[in-house]
Amino acid sequence: MAELTPERREAYWARTSRLMWIIMALWVIFSFIIPAFAVQLNQIRIFGFPLGFYMAAQGSLIFYVVVCFWNARAQNKIDEEFGVAED
Amino acid sequence: MATKTSNSFIDSLGKIYGIYAGGFIGFVIILAILEQMGVPNKVIGYCFVFLTIGVYAYIGIISRTAEISEYYVAGRVVPPFFNGMATGADWMSAASFISMAGGLYLGGYSGLGYVLGWTGGYVLVGVLLAPYLRKFGQFTVPDFLGVRYEGNAARVCGVVVLFCASFTYIVAQCFGIGIITSRFLDIPFEIAIFVGLLGILVCSMLGGMRAVTWTQVAQYIILIIAYLLPVVWLSSKLFGNPIPELAYGQVLDQIGELEKKLGILKPHAAAYVDAKGQFSWVEFNNFWALTLTLMVGTASLPHILMRYFTTPNVRDARTSVGWSIFFIFLLYFTAPAYAAFAKLEVYTNVIGQPISALPAWVQNWSQVGGLLTIKDANGDGILQLSEFIINQDIIVLSMPEIAGLPYVISGLVAAGGLAAALSTADGLLLAIANALSHDIYYKMIDKTASTVRRLVVARVLLVVVAIIAAAVAGTRPSGIIQMVAWAFSLAAGGLFVPLVLGIWWKRTTAAGAIAGMVCGFGITLFYLVGTRYFDMQLWFGIRNISSALFGLPVAFVVTWLVSLMTQAPSKEMQEFVDSIRVPKGELHWAAGTAHD
Repeated sequence: MAELTPERREAYWARTSRLMWIIMALWVIFSFIIPAFAVQLNQIRIFGFPLGFYMAAQGSLIFYVVVCFWNARAQNKIDEEFGVAED
Repeated sequence: MATKTSNSFIDSLGKIYGIYAGGFIGFVIILAILEQMGVPNKVIGYCFVFLTIGVYAYIGIISRTAEISEYYVAGRVVPPFFNGMATGADWMSAASFISMAGGLYLGGYSGLGYVLGWTGGYVLVGVLLAPYLRKFGQFTVPDFLGVRYEGNAARVCGVVVLFCASFTYIVAQCFGIGIITSRFLDIPFEIAIFVGLLGILVCSMLGGMRAVTWTQVAQYIILIIAYLLPVVWLSSKLFGNPIPELAYGQVLDQIGELEKKLGILKPHAAAYVDAKGQFSWVEFNNFWALTLTLMVGTASLPHILMRYFTTPNVRDARTSVGWSIFFIFLLYFTAPAYAAFAKLEVYTNVIGQPISALPAWVQNWSQVGGLLTIKDANGDGILQLSEFIINQDIIVLSMPEIAGLPYVISGLVAAGGLAAALSTADGLLLAIANALSHDIYYKMIDKTASTVRRLVVARVLLVVVAIIAAAVAGTRPSGIIQMVAWAFSLAAGGLFVPLVLGIWWKRTTAAGAIAGMVCGFGITLFYLVGTRYFDMQLWFGIRNISSALFGLPVAFVVTWLVSLMTQAPSKEMQEFVDSIRVPKGELHWAAGTAHD
């Protein structure tokens, strides 16, 4: 099996790192930024839930599930593009 | 031949666990019928405790193994979906099952720090660590440190952190097991702990990771049914809506009104308020500090990370993280609903009742180690809110009785709590025993040890650690959720930085990583012990459950500075890191890093 050339390897890792930083940024937003405004968000009510409470109890959790699957998919795509996915 | 049999087993996993889940539901229905026919509650409690432990023991015994890779990493054949379930059980301990909803009940919004912290960490696991550790493909987390940082110093540091974090965590599980068995078997707490201990040992001792994996899947199924059923029941009963996560918006409304009537100053849904209902920066800072600590701790706990060593390949390790968080999510997004329903029931059905007319559950729970006290302070014979003191560790377990559900539901919840505590205790014990037997005994003391001898050492250590943990739990060191949060702090302070930087920053040197681990873990431990046992002042008002908030940045800075001051890792080591980053292809082992 062919090894990646150093240039390709660097390009691969640059793409992987970019994906990592994007997800980390989203993770910070849903874990820290949104909860930081809970007091303000609690002024808004949806279906009886104060929005700040809702986001910490359900909203961010749904995001975590989605983003973990999305990460797996996006990274697989990168792997296939560079021909380094496992058989 | 061994692989052939295990493949046919893997193919029929769906069927096996489908039948198992159906069988368990049938078992619950039979007990429900028996209860209606007048079988006493005590018998039902015994059935739930002993039959479920019996099933785990059975799975543990049929999955026993004498093969090294089966014992340490379940033969690396676990499909991502089932590894997700096993991780769910491994992950959700007595703290999640028994205490978390209790914390939400007592703390309202501030309890959501646990909900966020114990889910969001999987994003870190999936993106930063799991696929690369799977590619590394050895047996334990200290293994990685020993290879990446070239030597036993890093390996020993890793084992020390692993031991401290996992041991604290196990003690909490033994405590939870003690509460459940003592209440439902009606025996003293100190004895109950050791009964539960047998339940732990039968699963993990014989079959190692293989047995623990298949038992954990079984335990996940029981714990999730047990957690969801009572809330779904209550939600249907009170609102005609079987999805409690949607219905409890109304519950929050009603709680808000009752709070006004009862004169409660701190509303349930209000964020960052102190006991008087005023906004407080201390609460605000503690909230994000706890969230961060728990998330980073998630990505540092070896018993979780080693679950991703068991998938067939790197791609599956990534998907498996998705399934893990999905199965964990099912419980976590129900917990706040559980808490809200429990609060509504207590405010409407318990507070304001004549004390003499309180039902039997009050009596039963008051006898379990002072976890529930009722005192008629003003002597009017009516129960006031301030006269009803309930510990967060029994809210979930007692809620079915508080809400007047049949006793079979209580038994079911007890079985679920037991499954949660046992499964986590098993994973933790295995992580400790593996680190001691593989990393210390085999890698450092006797490299010529035979397979049989290595496994004997692993098993003996497992039993010894389990007994010590149970004995410590008998002294009731603290509440479950606090102990577990400490474990997360210790792991986060010591392990996160060397693991993540070892993969993502090639320049990290052995000296840097070791200095980072020692300082990060040292500061965390110092703050924890100082504030807990020596009356040390809190720094910035941050509670010691978030001790890693101080250890973590120290670990980062020290690792970074020392790495830059020491010579860059060899070219070979850099190639090794490169080979870990790519899913396909052989690993490039650096010279001198023995492996097998």
